Amino acid sequence: MSDYNFAYLDEQTKRMIRRAILKGLAVPGYQVPFASREMPMPYGWGTGGVQVSAATLTPEDTFKVIDQGADDTTNAVSIRKFFENTAGVATTEETEKATVIQTRHRIPEAELTEDQILVYQVPIPEPLRFLEPRETETRKMHALEEYGLMHVKLYEDISQHGAISTSYAHPVRVSGRYVMDPSPIPKFDNPKLEMDAIQLFGAGREQRIYAVPPHTKVVSLDFEDYPFEATKADHPCDLCGAEDSYLDELIMDDAGNRMFVCSDTDYCRSRRAAGHEGRLAKEDAA
Amino acid sequence: MTAQAQFSGGFDNAPVQSSHAFRAAMNVMARPGEIRTLAGAQPPAPLSVAAGTLLLTLCDPDTKVCLAGELDTDAVRRWLTFHTGAPFTDAAQADFVVGAWQALLPIGQYRIGTAEYPDRSATLIVECDGLSAQGAQLSGPGIRDTARLSLPDIPALQANAALYPLGCDFFFTSGATVAALPRSTQISAEV
Repeated sequence: MSDYNFAYLDEQTKRMIRRAILKGLAVPGYQVPFASREMPMPYGWGTGGVQVSAATLTPEDTFKVIDQGADDTTNAVSIRKFFENTAGVATTEETEKATVIQTRHRIPEAELTEDQILVYQVPIPEPLRFLEPRETETRKMHALEEYGLMHVKLYEDISQHGAISTSYAHPVRVSGRYVMDPSPIPKFDNPKLEMDAIQLFGAGREQRIYAVPPHTKVVSLDFEDYPFEATKADHPCDLCGAEDSYLDELIMDDAGNRMFVCSDTDYCRSRRAAGHEGRLAKEDAA
Repeated sequence: MTAQAQFSGGFDNAPVQSSHAFRAAMNVMARPGEIRTLAGAQPPAPLSVAAGTLLLTLCDPDTKVCLAGELDTDAVRRWLTFHTGAPFTDAAQADFVVGAWQALLPIGQYRIGTAEYPDRSATLIVECDGLSAQGAQLSGPGIRDTARLSLPDIPALQANAALYPLGCDFFFTSGATVAALPRSTQISAEV
């Protein structure tokens, strides 16, 4: 244990964040402003998620961090180490064993339980921001439930490309009221937003916290004749053979060879440990 | 009240105890109707353990607190001031209001937030004689199908829910137990 206060942040900051989380849970999908602090990592590295995790963690928790599904990337490793050092919590890479999971841009493949909390790192929390740059206006649009602009954007996608072209951060409507940015998760993950775990979203640079309680109705925006589709690469995983997981595409050489692997490294590892094999599993071992 | 009683009864280990207390508070707010244990502080009577712990976890000089009815005693005021530094205020400006249900009425006098900032609303901590998973039927965010909770006053709470996304949020405390009712919960009378 270090000389820092438990989980780095001082108690008054944690109280401020905790009050924001409670209001966020009471009004699902609404972005609660909070006084985001400077953290010992740059904005864009998950400072919002880190502050929400710091206010949420207890010493008994087991903490997991994923970045695009992977436990072993720089961002995930450094945030995991940060809380090992400042909170002394146990950490894990196994989704089932974690009680608090901080994530950047993915929802784990394994179904989360009532006893788990999922904390998202959010870059731009405002789903209307690229359509209307002024905060005063977007706030009014949320207040008036005026989401026509978003539907026009989705309609223009269809008229230009024949389909809704957002492949990630597909906007959702939470509990029939607020339109929310689910953070840049692939739209493959959108159906998983209705889950048993508590979901908390933290945007450090933009100073917003929002939340989705368990079993909350989360609907991806679409049209009757162009229904929402959760898409993924049409391949099985080349390492574990999974047909149902979200895949990353890797270029293997200059000759155009490529492989598809699960983006959720823990899901892929546990499937391979259970004996599942994909097309290139043997080569990988060699 | 002796000085000893005024200075004691706080957290021995604030970072750890408040993290446990917040986890309980967050879980009940995220799952309306669920009843959890909430302890850690030993507040002066008549404040319950759960209400006292909740106040120590959430209140500080940035939050205005209103004590309603019998809870507004010198002992409670001095204890809260020493441990949180929270300023006291009247019903119309409070961020947190504590009291028994009858002392809190009418519910319409508290802040319900604004259309642009619905989070700027009061959180009411209602001291109850007991909490049980029976009575009014709850549904909405945080609830799988339906849940039940002993509520003090169904019509007043239904009127609060009808203000959504504005409205107050409620914690119900009794002894060392806590439950919550956010404004997003739909309430129907027992059938």
